[in-house]
Amino acid sequence: MSATEHRPECRSIAAWLFTTDHKAIGTLYLGFAIMAGTLGGAISGYMRLELAQPGMDYVVNGQSWNALITAHGLIMIFYMVMPALIGGFGNWFVPLMIGARDMAFPGLNSLGFWLLPLSLIMLIGSLLVGDGTGTGWSLYPPLSGIDGQPGPSVDMTILALHLAGISSVISAINFVTTILNMREDRLPLFGMPLFVWSILISSLMLLLAMPVLAAALAMLLADRNFGGAFFDPAGGGDPMLFMNLFWFFGHPEVYIMILPAFGIISQIVSRFSGRPIFGYPGMVLAMASIAALGFIVWAHHMFTVGVGFAPRAFFTLASMVIAVPTGIKVFAWIATMWGGSIRLTVPMLWALGFIIMFTVGGTTGIVLANAGADQVLHNTYYVVAHFHYVLSLGATYAIFAGFYYWFPRMTGRMFPEWVGRWHFWCFFIGTNVLFFPMHFLGLAGMPRRIADYPDGFLGWNMIASLGAVLALASTLLFLVMLAVSLRRGASAPRDVWGPAFTHEWDDDPEMARPRGTAGAEAGA
Amino acid sequence: MRGRGTVFLGFVSAMMLDARHGLAQAPANWQTSFGVSASETKERIVALHDHILLIGVCIVALVAMLIGFALLRFRASRHPTASKVTRMPWLEFGWTIAPVLVLGAIAAPSLQLLAYESDIPDAQLTIKASGHQWFWRYSYPDNGGFAYDSIMLPPASVPAGEPRLLAVDNRMVVPVGAVVHIQVTSSDVVHSFFMPALGLQIYAMPGRLNETWTRVEKPGVYYGQCNQICGLNHSFMPIAIEAMAQPDFDAWVRDAATRYPVVSAATISAQVAK
Repeated sequence: MSATEHRPECRSIAAWLFTTDHKAIGTLYLGFAIMAGTLGGAISGYMRLELAQPGMDYVVNGQSWNALITAHGLIMIFYMVMPALIGGFGNWFVPLMIGARDMAFPGLNSLGFWLLPLSLIMLIGSLLVGDGTGTGWSLYPPLSGIDGQPGPSVDMTILALHLAGISSVISAINFVTTILNMREDRLPLFGMPLFVWSILISSLMLLLAMPVLAAALAMLLADRNFGGAFFDPAGGGDPMLFMNLFWFFGHPEVYIMILPAFGIISQIVSRFSGRPIFGYPGMVLAMASIAALGFIVWAHHMFTVGVGFAPRAFFTLASMVIAVPTGIKVFAWIATMWGGSIRLTVPMLWALGFIIMFTVGGTTGIVLANAGADQVLHNTYYVVAHFHYVLSLGATYAIFAGFYYWFPRMTGRMFPEWVGRWHFWCFFIGTNVLFFPMHFLGLAGMPRRIADYPDGFLGWNMIASLGAVLALASTLLFLVMLAVSLRRGASAPRDVWGPAFTHEWDDDPEMARPRGTAGAEAGA
Repeated sequence: MRGRGTVFLGFVSAMMLDARHGLAQAPANWQTSFGVSASETKERIVALHDHILLIGVCIVALVAMLIGFALLRFRASRHPTASKVTRMPWLEFGWTIAPVLVLGAIAAPSLQLLAYESDIPDAQLTIKASGHQWFWRYSYPDNGGFAYDSIMLPPASVPAGEPRLLAVDNRMVVPVGAVVHIQVTSSDVVHSFFMPALGLQIYAMPGRLNETWTRVEKPGVYYGQCNQICGLNHSFMPIAIEAMAQPDFDAWVRDAATRYPVVSAATISAQVAK
């Protein structure tokens, strides 16, 4: 079999527009995520330029600054991380890994993707009309209400998020149906690769969380346009209701983003340690319990809203408990390497970067889980540092790890490894120089979402902006490498990474049978 | 560009000065941890943070060392054949139980701190802080109910020695050593009353009256900022609290009661009627 087979063969624009092939749709998602990530990264570059010194030198005013931070957050979450991890890698590899010929609903799959560009256009439009959505991605009313943000921007943002939500729910339904019904005869649930498990669990979480966001957004839309008062105290409503609904979606959302990252890291660590993942049942249960716990910790985003001792104590303890299943995963990855035969390839480098940086982000998460300490940390740059360690250095590292890992499988071509290593080390140093000093700024009391800061915050902000330059330069290197490798990369054989434990690398995945039925062995 | 460059150099030299003199209460450049602690709450928070940080550093170091050692000991060139073992129940049990014990060591002091913060002692003074776009209004219901606005000083009129973007025209004033109840609310959008030096933060929510408390231990001027995105001038809504000895505070109250208007229920309903 030639290495080019079983890849999407879309030769015309119309073929890309109307394709229902899961691999082609996966490629569309990945291309979309790269474009959206470039846009979101460009916005963050602009933000770091503004924050490199005190004063407001580049943004017009606070409102346009607020609109930029809102766009940065929403773009990175809804149009970069989720499409890459779930839509991109999920579509490409879930069917191949479980031996399905395609997704259960190929037409729906195509719809799910094409809603996203429409949604992104709507979101970018919200930046261009009126004053923009200057609320932060959390969209708290009354600031997001009609008095706080007159003009059509917030309505456009709400509709953009509705579209993105529909897209997510559609793809989640598709993944759950595919994974539960279309596995090859002899592949038991507890034999599925961990990446498939991660997509299944993330999809179930999406099905539970997204409708809650949709409800909150619909209520906000009604408050803004149809005389509603769900969140307006003057009409008997309460902004705290929105906070509860938003974070009931918002906290599971962060696990929706990180679980597929866990899945990818498991595949890569196993492959390049030359052995199946250590403690497979524990890994599955850890993901399931992270998902379950993810639904009962939302109020740790609301410790300073004004709630009593008992709820804050409960949400403190529940949030800390998440460290247990997360610890299981980190230790199991290390145990897989321990006694393995490790090859430090480019994807493995990114995976190890992920494990260490995610551990740093998890540790600051434990600090933030304490309601008592949150009185001085809530909404400061410490929080910004924390969630960028788990998302920018966590989820994004996993995306790059997966991209380098599956690049030969998706394109039949190889990338120059030395560029991948340069990309990794520049991005690693850049993102750490960018985000680590933010811990210091947060401890010193710097609020997030401010465009200008007291002069005492200058030092570390300047350093952070220097780190951003390096991180963005390394991303540029990645884009150039991508463009060159897609056209001129050396042709890659299927066994480019050596023997595989999962089926997406088989010569003929459509016909492949599971290798053995013992769960742990089949399940990488 | 030259103008900007000069301003930038100015900031850098100001930064050097900062590092030398150390403006105790305002944030200082190259500060790597909490600033001044002026209340027991803040001291307790710092203690809990340091306790968790120590544990966290140990965990990160452990993970990094295990990965580093695995890379040295088990790389393909030194260890060509991978082990086939995929289960070790006692080990898996161990790495599930160990984090539970570590979390227990964090949870106990954490809940103690939370209880200390939540258990509001009897007040000697109540002050109401009301968030507005984009200033704070402080009123003193125990002292006749006078109220005044606290607005950020524009950078050009900040007196020497006071920090840009933090200095205000009228500070909130509290007596040192007294338990002060602070009621926090908002007249428009959500704001957050954030005072790092006192370990104090609570949202200003429209339609709700939140309550917190503090006891400032050291006289001085302490700075904080609105800490919840609140629109156009969210960056320019500082909080300044001046703590002074009780006799000075009494004198300030006598003066303030004559200078600032009394805001009563009647005046508020008159405003609403308009």
